[in-house]
Amino acid sequence: MKKIEATIRPEKLEPVRSALAEIGIMGMTVTEVSGRGKQRGILLQWRAGEYRVEFLPKVKIEVVVLDEDLSRALNAIIRKAKTGERGDGKIFVLPIDNAIRIRTGDEGVNAI
Amino acid sequence: MINAGDTTWILISTALVLLMTPGLALFYGGMVRQKNMLSTIMMSFALLGVIGILWVLYGYTLSFGPDLGGVIGKLDFIGLIGVGQEPSDTYASTVPHLAFMMFQGMFAIITVALWTGGVVERIKFSAFLLFAVLWFTVVYCPVAHWVWGDGGWLAKLGALDFAGGTVVHVNAGMTALALALLLRPRKGFREGQPMEPSNIPLVVLGAGLLWFGWFGFNAGSALTSGGLASSAFVATNISAAAGAVTWMILGWIYRRPSALGVATGAVAGLVAITPAAGFVHPIAGIPIGIVASLIGYYCILWRTKRGIDESLDVWAVHGMGGLWGAIATGIFASAAINSGGADGLLWGGGMQFAKQIAGVAAVGAFAFTATLGLGKLVDRTVGLRVEEHEEVVGLDISQHGERAYGGIIP
Repeated sequence: MKKIEATIRPEKLEPVRSALAEIGIMGMTVTEVSGRGKQRGILLQWRAGEYRVEFLPKVKIEVVVLDEDLSRALNAIIRKAKTGERGDGKIFVLPIDNAIRIRTGDEGVNAI
Repeated sequence: MINAGDTTWILISTALVLLMTPGLALFYGGMVRQKNMLSTIMMSFALLGVIGILWVLYGYTLSFGPDLGGVIGKLDFIGLIGVGQEPSDTYASTVPHLAFMMFQGMFAIITVALWTGGVVERIKFSAFLLFAVLWFTVVYCPVAHWVWGDGGWLAKLGALDFAGGTVVHVNAGMTALALALLLRPRKGFREGQPMEPSNIPLVVLGAGLLWFGWFGFNAGSALTSGGLASSAFVATNISAAAGAVTWMILGWIYRRPSALGVATGAVAGLVAITPAAGFVHPIAGIPIGIVASLIGYYCILWRTKRGIDESLDVWAVHGMGGLWGAIATGIFASAAINSGGADGLLWGGGMQFAKQIAGVAAVGAFAFTATLGLGKLVDRTVGLRVEEHEEVVGLDISQHGERAYGGIIP
């Protein structure tokens, strides 16, 4: 089992969600986050003059997949979230020790 | 003789001006960071209580009591003694003295509330209250007497101030600047840390309430309900509109037409028309509003560049806008509009122009220096500024033990 943490552009959430659903990956947790990478912040205005906000709104998707689904899931996310401009975001892949479905007590791959 | 129409209009105007103070609370509250929203709102709202009491106890008589040497009112009306249902002997001869007294009280409240924009996000609430009481007593009441009191020295000089360009706006603007200099900038301000407005829709709502209430402020200052009130009413709306459009265009030239900008522009236009509203032809509201926004915009750029954290631009919008309004009164005033007024520069009244400048200079200098003195006094006794850790956590929690929005459920 692997956990995918993908920080993407907010407007790419829906394309990524439906692409994952097409390959049978339904469950995910989504959080509105702020972040920055090479993309600089954004200039906003005071009444006169402006100021820079360094962190931009992003969406973080957390999804746990079976090892054999990992590359398909990553490809789906990359294909849908990429614009080629700075600010497309990053994906981290983490190992998962165990998973438990609270309702039934199922563990491991059965809980995914 | 009491006139029912006049009395009705003054009572309604009084309520309209009252609404400006909670409007101002929202206008300011939306412009500060979320952790300081309530403390900012609280300053204005607390004054509705504190000044609401002090005004009837002694503020009214210091401002409008029988003249003492042109500088202050005598104590004849202390605790509303002699202020009753019959008209005053001196002011507003067609409305009950009580109505005139309360109408003026609303001006006192919002003037004190106005300068709170300069001290947000760092002033200690107890110090704020103490300073507000001292300032109301030592600065507001005398200045109101100078300009509006029968026998006040600026009134005798002939400086015109229809609804408070000098008494309210120059006074509050210079006070905000002096206090901001005493308090020094908010933590992180000079380092360029963004001080992002927490809720611009609230700012726009507040500006809307101010605009609405300002009809009572300016048209109510006619103290009658007839033609002069209507003229001032129309001038007020024209200037607010001209100010809003001008600021919108300025924002567009430099970057984008912003909601915060258009709301600020409307207020700038309202400020500048205040002293002029009942003395000028309403159409003069157009140049008055346009120039008010130009002045406000560039004064904000200037103070920001200088690293002056007069946080919500009371000096730029109200102080400098009020200064322009007073000067504009000296330019556009016409005795044909208001026989109680005078002819300005446009109609050959050069002396009136000079009197206007004298009035603004006297009040501006007095407010600035008296504030420095009173502010230092409060700083050395109570301490003006919160502790650094209180500022970091925010004044809502450190001063008031509450926060604007709930957090983790429930």
